[in-house]
Amino acid sequence: MREKELEKLKDYKYGFSTDIENIKAPKGLNEEVIKFISNIKKEPKWMLDFRLKAFERFKQLKEPNWQKPKYPKIDYQDLYYYSAPKSMDDKPKSLDELDPKLLETYKKLGIPLQEQKRLNGIAVDAVFDSVSVATTFREELNKHGIIFCPISEAIQNHPELVKKYLGSVIPTTDHFFATLNSAVFTDGSFAYIPESVRCPMELSTYFRINASNTGQFERTLIIADKGSYVSYLEGCTAPMRDENQLHAANVELIALDDAEIKYSTVQNWYPGDKDGKGGIYNFVTKRGLCKGKNSKISWTQVETGSAITWKYPSCILRGDNSIGEFYSIAITNNHQKADTGTKMIHLGKNTKSKIISKGISAGFSDMTYRGLVDISPKAYNSNNYTQCDSLLMSNKCGAHTVPYIKNKNSNSNIAHEATTSKISEEQLHYCQQRGLNAEEAVSLIVNGFCKEVLQQLPMEFAVEAQKLVGISLEGSVG
Amino acid sequence: MKEQLQKDFDNIIKNLSLSQKDIEIKKFFLESFVNRGFPNRKEEDWKFSDLSQIIRKNIGELSFYTDYTSTNKVDTSVFVDGLEHNKIVFINGRIEKIDFDYEKKNQIEIIDHSEPIDRFNNNNSLSDLNNAFTNKSFKIVIKNGYKLTKPLIIYHTTNSNIWSKNINLRLNFELDKDSSLRLIDLFNDTSEKNFLNIFYNFDLKENAILKNYKLDRRENRNIKYSFNNIEQEKNSISETFILSSGSNFFKNEINVNLKGEYSSAFVNGIFSLNKRKHHEIRTIINHLTESTKSYQLIKSVLEDSSKAAYQGKIYVNSEAQKTDGYQLSKAILLDETTEFNAKPELEIYADDVKCSHGSASGSLNENSIFYLMTRGLNYKEAKELLINGFLLDVIEKITDREIKNLIKNMIGVKE
Repeated sequence: MREKELEKLKDYKYGFSTDIENIKAPKGLNEEVIKFISNIKKEPKWMLDFRLKAFERFKQLKEPNWQKPKYPKIDYQDLYYYSAPKSMDDKPKSLDELDPKLLETYKKLGIPLQEQKRLNGIAVDAVFDSVSVATTFREELNKHGIIFCPISEAIQNHPELVKKYLGSVIPTTDHFFATLNSAVFTDGSFAYIPESVRCPMELSTYFRINASNTGQFERTLIIADKGSYVSYLEGCTAPMRDENQLHAANVELIALDDAEIKYSTVQNWYPGDKDGKGGIYNFVTKRGLCKGKNSKISWTQVETGSAITWKYPSCILRGDNSIGEFYSIAITNNHQKADTGTKMIHLGKNTKSKIISKGISAGFSDMTYRGLVDISPKAYNSNNYTQCDSLLMSNKCGAHTVPYIKNKNSNSNIAHEATTSKISEEQLHYCQQRGLNAEEAVSLIVNGFCKEVLQQLPMEFAVEAQKLVGISLEGSVG
Repeated sequence: MKEQLQKDFDNIIKNLSLSQKDIEIKKFFLESFVNRGFPNRKEEDWKFSDLSQIIRKNIGELSFYTDYTSTNKVDTSVFVDGLEHNKIVFINGRIEKIDFDYEKKNQIEIIDHSEPIDRFNNNNSLSDLNNAFTNKSFKIVIKNGYKLTKPLIIYHTTNSNIWSKNINLRLNFELDKDSSLRLIDLFNDTSEKNFLNIFYNFDLKENAILKNYKLDRRENRNIKYSFNNIEQEKNSISETFILSSGSNFFKNEINVNLKGEYSSAFVNGIFSLNKRKHHEIRTIINHLTESTKSYQLIKSVLEDSSKAAYQGKIYVNSEAQKTDGYQLSKAILLDETTEFNAKPELEIYADDVKCSHGSASGSLNENSIFYLMTRGLNYKEAKELLINGFLLDVIEKITDREIKNLIKNMIGVKE
C-alpha cells in the first residue's frame, strides 16, 4: 500500500495535501452562500451587489458544450465555494507567525517565502486555497506607489480602482464559467502600477488548491497605468486526489496608454493518474484589454498539467497601435485533454498581433488549438501572424487545429500557418548516435521545438518550465 | 412556413406515384426538416453563412412544389461551343434531356431510382429537405474499365417561369473499376429568388478517376447549396474545381472519404465576387486509411461589399498513417467593404503524418503595383495583371487541358 502511495508521489511531485483545519462555506450554490462569502470578507455593499447580479445572470446561462474535451456533468450544488485555513482567523502580522505546516507546504512547492524575502527579489502573493497568506515585498513596492495585494484587501482599501476596473474586461454578463466566478470568487491578486513606473521586480502568485471538494475561483486584476510596465508570473499546482476538481478563475488585464503587461503562466495542476482518473478541470477566463494607445499585452503560457485545460487568453486591441502577443506551449500526456488557444480582437488602427502556439501530445491525450483572429472594419492597417505547430508522440493521441480567421478590413493582413508532424527517426537516430538515450534525445528535440516560446519566459521561470517539459513527457517514448 | 411545407408536400405525394413505403420515408424526412428548419448561424457549420436569414432576406416565403407535368423547351443557345460533350439538361429542376451521344451505350447505365440520402452523414437539415421533396433521381453507372471519350456537361438552367421556389436535385454516380469521368456542372440562371438544393454522390471504385468542375459564372440572384459526397477506394483519384462567382449566395460542400490505400483527392476553388454576393466553400477530407493524399487550394478576389468564407477540414483517423494533407487559402480584399472568413481545421489522430495548412488574407501589394507601373502599365492594368496571375495559379491546377482552356476563356484569364 505504502509503496503504491510512494509510486504515485513520484509521478506528481506536488501530490501531497496539507492537514490544516479549514473553514468552509456550506455546500452548494445559492444567494446565502454568496452572502456568506461576501460577509466573511467584510465586503462593501456594491461588491455584494456585483456578485448577486452575476449570480442572477448565471442562473439563466447554460453550460457550454461545444468544446472538444467532454467531461462528466459537474454538480454545482455539490461544491464548497469557500474554504479558508482556520488559523487565518486572526491574521498573522509577519511570516514568522504563519502556521508552520503552511510554510512547509510552500517549501515542498519550491517557493520558500523566507528565502525569497531575503534573496530572490520576487514578490510573492501566495494563494493557499482561497485566502492570501502572505504578501512579501510590499514595502519595496510601496515605495514606487505600486499596489500589489490580495484582491479582497484591494476591495477594502482601494475601492475606487476596483470599482472602476473590475468586470470592465470580463463583464458579469460574460459566459458561464466567467459569470460563476464573478458571483463566487473568493480571492486573488490585485496589482496597480501607477503612471510611468517600471515595476522593479517580477510579481508572482502561486495558487494552490488544497482542500478537497472545493472549487477554486480566484480573480486577478492587473492595471497598468500610462507608460508603466509590469511582468507578472503565475504558477499553479494542486495535490493529488481521485475526484476531479474545478478551477474557474478570471484574470483581467488593463493596459492604458503606452503601458505594457507581460503575463506568464506555468500551469502544472494535477493531471490525473495514468488511467485518467482524477485531476483538475482548468476552465479559466483570461482577457486583456489594450485600452490605451501604443499599449501592449503579452501572454506566455506553459500548460503541462490539468486533466482538462480549457482556456483562451485573449487580447482586445482597442487602442491605436496596440500590440497583442500570445506564446503557448501545451503538453498533454496519458489521458489529459487540452482545448486552448487565443483570441485577438483588433478594433484600433495599426494594431498588431502575433500568435505562436506549440502543442505536444503523447499517450492517449488529445490536444486542440482553437483560436480567433478578428479584424474589424475600423482596424485599418492591422496585422496578424499566427503559427501553430503540433507534435505527435504516439498513435493513440490526437492533435487538432481550429483557427477562426475573420478579416473585415482590406488594409489589413492576416497570415496563418499550421503544421503537424512527429519527431523524425533521423533526428532521434542522430542524437542517439551522439550518446544520448532515447528519452534525452526526445527531451532535447522537444525543447528545441518549444524554444521560441520558452525564450519569452522570465529567466527563473524558463528553467523551471524547461524541466517541466522534460518531466511531463517522461515515459512517453518507446 | 410549416403550412406551406405541408401543403406542397401533399401536392407532391398526390402527383407522384409512390409506394406506401416511399411515402412513409418522405414523411419522415419532411418531419425532420420541419423540426429543424433551415440551418442558421447557431450551427457551427453555418457560422459564417446564416442560410435561414439569407433566405428570409432575399426570398421571403418559399414554396416547395413545382408542377413537373409539362416539358420545358430546351434552349440550345446555352450549350457550350467548341467542345464536343455529352449532356444532361435540367430546366427548373426537371430533367429535359439525357444524351450520351459520344459514348458506347452498353458501357453506361442510367437507373431511375431514388434511395434516400441519409447515409451521406450530412448533418444538416437540407438533406432532409432534399429527401422529402426530390421528385426523381437517377443513378448513372460507368462500367468496368470504360473511360468516357467526351466530358459530360450538366446544364443547370432556370428561367423566369419560376420564382420563390425551392428546387431539389439529386444525382448518384458510380464509377466502376478503372473507369473515368469528366463532369462539368454549368449553371445558367435567368430566374430570380429561387433556392436550389443539389446533392451529388460519387462512388469511386478501384483506379477510378473523377474530375468534377463546378462553374457558377452567370450573374443571377438565386441562392444555391450544393453538396458532393465522394467515396474513394484504392488508387482512385478525384479532382474537384469550383468557380464560385455568379449567384447571389452559393455554398459548396465537398465531403471526401478516402477509404482505399493510395487514393487521393484534390479540391481547388476560386471565389471571384462583387455586388454584395456571399459565397462559401466547405470541405471535409476524411483520411481513413494508410497512404492517402489530399491537396486543397482556394483563392478569392473580393470587391464591392462581397463576402467569402472557407471552412476546410482535414481529418486523419488513427489508422491513416503516412497521410499527406495540404490546404492553402488566400484572399485579396480589394476594398474596405469586403470580408473574408476562414476556418482551416486539422483533426489528427495518427502520428506518422504530414499535414499543414496556411491561410492569408490582405490587400493587393502596393509595391508590386508600383513595380508594374514603373514598367509603363497604368494602375488598372497593373491591378488586373496581378489578379490574373493570382487566379491563374488555381486554374493551372486543372489537369484536363481541354477543360482548362474552356475555363480560361470563360473567365477571361490570360496566360
